[in-house]
Amino acid sequence: MIEYFLPAASTYASDIDWLFDLIFWFVGFWFVLCQGVFFWLIFRFRKKEGVPAQYISGELKTEKKWITWPHLAVLVCDVFIIYGAVKVWYDVKQNLPPAQFEIRAVAQQWAWTFQHPGPDGKLDTDDDISKINELHIAKDTLYHVHMESKDVLHNFSVPVFRLKQDVIPGRVITGWFKTNEITGEFSIQCAEICGIGHALMGARVHIETPEEHAAWIANNSSISLASAATPSVEE
Amino acid sequence: MAQPVETYDAHGHHEEQGWVSKYLFSTDHKIIAQQYMFTGMAMALIGGFFAFVFRMQLAFPGMEVPLYGMVGPNEYNALVTNHGAIMIFWVAMPVLIAAFGNFLIPLMIGCDDMVFPRVNRLSYQIFLISAVVLLASFFVPGGAFGGAWTIYPPLSAKAEYSLTALGSTIFVLAVALEFVAFLLGGINFVTTAMNSRAPGMKLYDLPMVVWMIVVASILFMASVGPLIAGAIMLLFDQNLGTGFFDPDRAGDPVLWQHLFWFFGHPEVYVVLLPALGIVAEIITVFSRKKLFAYKTVLYTTFGTGVLSFTVWAHHQFIAGVDPRMAHVFTITTLLISIPIAEMMFVYIATLYGGSITLSTPMLWALAFIAEFLIGGVTGIFLGASGADIYLHDTYFVLAHFHYTFFPIAIIGAFAGVTYWFPKMFGKMMDDRLGKLHFWGTVIPFNLIFIPLFITGIAGQHRRIYDYTSFPELAQYQDMRVLATSALLVMLSFQFVFLYNFTKSLMRGEKAPRNPWKANTLEWTAESPPPHGNWPELPTCYRPPYEYSVPGRETDYWPQDEPA
Repeated sequence: MIEYFLPAASTYASDIDWLFDLIFWFVGFWFVLCQGVFFWLIFRFRKKEGVPAQYISGELKTEKKWITWPHLAVLVCDVFIIYGAVKVWYDVKQNLPPAQFEIRAVAQQWAWTFQHPGPDGKLDTDDDISKINELHIAKDTLYHVHMESKDVLHNFSVPVFRLKQDVIPGRVITGWFKTNEITGEFSIQCAEICGIGHALMGARVHIETPEEHAAWIANNSSISLASAATPSVEE
Repeated sequence: MAQPVETYDAHGHHEEQGWVSKYLFSTDHKIIAQQYMFTGMAMALIGGFFAFVFRMQLAFPGMEVPLYGMVGPNEYNALVTNHGAIMIFWVAMPVLIAAFGNFLIPLMIGCDDMVFPRVNRLSYQIFLISAVVLLASFFVPGGAFGGAWTIYPPLSAKAEYSLTALGSTIFVLAVALEFVAFLLGGINFVTTAMNSRAPGMKLYDLPMVVWMIVVASILFMASVGPLIAGAIMLLFDQNLGTGFFDPDRAGDPVLWQHLFWFFGHPEVYVVLLPALGIVAEIITVFSRKKLFAYKTVLYTTFGTGVLSFTVWAHHQFIAGVDPRMAHVFTITTLLISIPIAEMMFVYIATLYGGSITLSTPMLWALAFIAEFLIGGVTGIFLGASGADIYLHDTYFVLAHFHYTFFPIAIIGAFAGVTYWFPKMFGKMMDDRLGKLHFWGTVIPFNLIFIPLFITGIAGQHRRIYDYTSFPELAQYQDMRVLATSALLVMLSFQFVFLYNFTKSLMRGEKAPRNPWKANTLEWTAESPPPHGNWPELPTCYRPPYEYSVPGRETDYWPQDEPA
């Protein structure tokens, strides 16, 4: 259902969408059943002259079964939903598959700074590319994202990835996503209120083909691979 | 047990009092109930006005809002923050627990007043002060606090982040004072219900609403302690330079979230239970039925109460707590759906075999069940950790909890007010105006929040004063305009209620003692009951829901009628 509103641009996005749909059908069933019985009873037992109400204590076993059985059935549904929730959560949040590239997202009031690896593909080297409110990544690639905050709580939220994580000052929280074949430009939000500029703390993620991404790195790195190899050319 | 307890001396004599001592400094539980109710209604008008202002800004960003003016980002944040805090702490709690608790407990258990009438008066006075303190924050330099009603530090702790140095301190202070008021109130509700029951009234003879208010008070008192301590620590962080929640000085901002939600989630049940109790009273009377499985409801209530202490961290799935914790809290959170589903089943089963009259209070009570079901089932999405990764802090959450809190605080309160109005004020309310108000409230309510579920699923995050800078979200502007328009309709229908309330108070038909032919003891007192409630305190002979007992002339059997 979520995918009807926005694309699923990470490998686990469809799992979260699946879980949403699973819960939707389970609770949808109970919702329709309850409301159906509820409105039917209101209609069926509306006041009629000469028809007194029945005296039912609800304490007898034969009466109680009408709530005991549905209630056990709810429990069974809960078990299925818990299974789905735990499985999806484990894959997305607890599990950390090995990264192809690492990036860093630094939040502050009220902007994101994204540190990308440069031509050498490694973070925290001289050729890193820092951009404000602009994240560039390649499709079909697994990234680790190290999230930090300089001041208050923020939240790194990328709806198309279905990724959301609070960013806490004093901690480095590492999350992951793997892009799939979808390319394009999408929204990044701060999803935790962070003061007067909270509404302005949006950024953009650009998912590029490998060629586009390589070109972007080459054009943006302060030290391009060629110049790093032959430093004298620049001088 | 069940002996009438010697109450405070002041109740030995019930002489005529002056207006000031009768209405402002009264120790009479019925007057204190009205004080809470009118203060709650006044705060509801303010909270509703805030909703009007920020919904107008969302539907028509940058336009001048009538009766207010331009809404800046800081003001927007302050309005949503205070709307939430007011509606929960200064509307739901005073009306549902304090007003109905004060009015109903002594009358329903057949005694003349609370066990500690002066503590009761003090409770209201502190509550009133807390409301004034909160509203004062709008008039200090820097303006009111705008960091959400959850007050998460470091935003709330440091003035250089929130830009509201005084506002944030006053906000925390107001909330802490409000907690003190309800701690004092809770002592009375529990002790009175346990000690002052009429002769013959066993614990299983207590009307369900009394039980629910007692359990809610216990939940509140047991959960609020850590948060009061936390609030003091936060006040120290704000003003004395301590660093309990400051990561730069080995403090931990997430600690606050635990303290807050350890209280914050039971708090949902603190306001839910009284509303459920009110609904139980009304559906039994207007379907002329015994409550289905009284003991099951009671044990389910206890179960809900105990479980409610184990679910708090589902608010923090993605807040940076250990990811393994999420499994535990997903399980407990989904398990709490069991007692709540049971409660809904019981209420629906109560209708079976009834003789149902759709009076105004009954319409409200039934609407509570129908609407709360939506709130309940959408909660499953958020309790399931995997789905919450996406839905956390979206409008889906907002729509979900409005589908729980609106039935509780608004529908439940209107159910109670329309049902007990004759007893409270001795006048009947206009049923036609009541029904007009009902439909004018319930239909727009759904039109406000169903669109917001949709924008939430589409990824619209909360507490944003203008979505035009988010290209993916800007396309849902029609939904926002629809929600705001429905809000305008709903708010305008509240004038029908205010008119009906005032008109009935002034010129309503005089209410008989027992207009609804109900069983519980409050209907055996005069309408309205005098100071002291009964000339001679009643005796209880049977459980509260003996309706349509076979072989009897009448279809009700008051609790005080000898067999």
